[in-house]
Amino acid sequence: MIGPMIGNIISSPVFIKRISVAFAALMLLAAVLAVAASVGETAIPVGTVIDTIANHLWDAGHPVDAIDAGIIWNYRLSRAIVAASCGAALAVSGAVLQALLRNSLADPYLLGISAGASTGAVSIVILGLGAGMLSLSLGAFIGAVAAFAFVTVLALQAGRGTGAIILAGIAGSQMFNALTSFIVTKSASAEQARGIMFWLLGNLSGVRWPDVWLALPVAIAGLVVCLWHARALDAFTFGRESAASLGVPVRRVYAVLIAAAAMMTAVMVSIVGAIGFVGLVIPHAARFFVGTRHGLVLPLSALIGALFLVCADVISRVIVPGQVLPIGVITALVGAPAFALILCHGRILR
Amino acid sequence: MTLELCDIVWSAGFRKIIKNVSLRVKPGEFLGLIGPNGSGKTSLMSVLAGIRPPDQGRAMLAGQDMKKHGRRKLARQIGFVEQQADTTDRLTAREAVALGRTPYLSMLSPWSERDDAIVERALGDVDMTHLADRFWHTLSGGEKQRVHIARALAQEPKFLLLDEPTNHLDIRHQLGLLELVRELPVTVVAALHDLNHAAMYCDRIAMMRDGELVGIGSPADILTSENLRDVFGVDATIEHGPNGECTVRYHTGMKKDRAA
Ligand SMILES: Nc1ncnc2c1ncn2[C@@H]1O[C@H](COP(=O)(O)OP(=O)(O)O)[C@@H](O)[C@H]1O
Ligand SMILES: [Mg+2]
Repeated sequence: MIGPMIGNIISSPVFIKRISVAFAALMLLAAVLAVAASVGETAIPVGTVIDTIANHLWDAGHPVDAIDAGIIWNYRLSRAIVAASCGAALAVSGAVLQALLRNSLADPYLLGISAGASTGAVSIVILGLGAGMLSLSLGAFIGAVAAFAFVTVLALQAGRGTGAIILAGIAGSQMFNALTSFIVTKSASAEQARGIMFWLLGNLSGVRWPDVWLALPVAIAGLVVCLWHARALDAFTFGRESAASLGVPVRRVYAVLIAAAAMMTAVMVSIVGAIGFVGLVIPHAARFFVGTRHGLVLPLSALIGALFLVCADVISRVIVPGQVLPIGVITALVGAPAFALILCHGRILR
Repeated sequence: MTLELCDIVWSAGFRKIIKNVSLRVKPGEFLGLIGPNGSGKTSLMSVLAGIRPPDQGRAMLAGQDMKKHGRRKLARQIGFVEQQADTTDRLTAREAVALGRTPYLSMLSPWSERDDAIVERALGDVDMTHLADRFWHTLSGGEKQRVHIARALAQEPKFLLLDEPTNHLDIRHQLGLLELVRELPVTVVAALHDLNHAAMYCDRIAMMRDGELVGIGSPADILTSENLRDVFGVDATIEHGPNGECTVRYHTGMKKDRAA
């Protein structure tokens, strides 16, 4: 029964078209990643990038300068892949939350995650919590999850409506931000405060391959989980009750998808800091192109988010010679005007 | 197939909103639900639709507790049009109707030509084919309501539940919509505000007051001067026509103390 059904689906023209489009999108992403790895303080030809990757993946044995190869493989490529994963995960989280909460201004940090991450990070760096056993990332992750748990409990206490989650998120964010400020002003040196500030605005400089092996699977798994629920997300178009009457198990979908968005965001924030505007703006850009159906909106959000953050990272590396800007500054500088533009076009609130 | 409530209680917090209601919807009928604001019509409809599980009693579809059916299966039998459901999303009327196919779709049964055909038929049924590609926010209130009904029809339901479907419509569209619903080959339960509309279109009328079902029967049985005074707090006489139809005529000087 199931065998022939799958056969029918795989051989259908729609499926073949989708696979082709997905393949083209992956090729585009790969090309952008290669270009990103070639751009930087020392420009390296894209050909060298491809040779290096080939050498690493299947011992192609191309002659490549060892220093170039090191820069490409150890620094730029891992960094670009993490940027792509992060962009995809944040954009998908944003799209999911906007759909579930019926609020076009929802973004992944709404759940208190960035605020909690910053509290976790300063607890490690400034208060020395964990006595050097915990890395900054782990601290940030724990903080993010704690804040999310706090917001969830608060929202459940406050009632079931979508408004409850948003208000609980605001309350949670304010509280954890206040905690962070308290710790920073009380005990941080100016140097530490600057470092924290830099981290909070998003920073990919420390990213290496182990981070890739965390960020990439989380982004892919998160995207798959959300895509699996694409039709359920569509059913929320007219609200929760309407979704329920369309046969969607509302509470389970809520729990699974909000947890997925929170996990993706928490992991990304703990690796690269709180990069703003991606989760808010990218889903709107995706809807601008393909309409409201999540079967299209989610993958396109992931793609645009990935491309956007890879590009933003490259810009942050090269725009001021000899200095790396926090990537969050770039995303905000591009994202805020883009958001204003979308707003003025009335595409969000209409 | 039957839709039945047995001794239902539904509470919000500690307040009982629906109090011991039993109700049996007969296959093929047009059942009207009347009652003052806040009497629990919407709540009762939600229980009937299976989206609010009752705290006590049993809501049954085809002789089996709704809990046992599962959401998707319920959604294939019961279409529910809420009192108010709007969106800021930029989708077309056709896309809104296509949502009605949700309970039939899954990874293994993706969208097919059959789904397209059902959506087109539902749009045709409510006379919205010519506006199918219009964006939601460009539709008038009546057109939106018709799209909602088409969405429910795309679920291919046996039961169509409508919560105050004629709200915000002008009189021609009110009558047109009720006419349309009446002609559909489904069992209809509709909460209605206009008692004359209820009298004109319903086979039976159920009347609610303070969460209780205080009467159910033919329009002539339910729409009596006493009932309207007791339940709605209005003074009215009922005029009976030759074919059993009845018309409510209201009198001025409402009994304000009774108005809910
Ligand atoms: N989710 C809820 N929480 C609290 N009170 C509710 C809820 N739903 C309905 N009520 C209350 O129950 C009563 C009946 O509401 P409703 O079913 O909407 O009546 P109607 O549709 O007849 O106007 C009202 O007093 C309303 O305030
Ligand atoms: Mg109501």
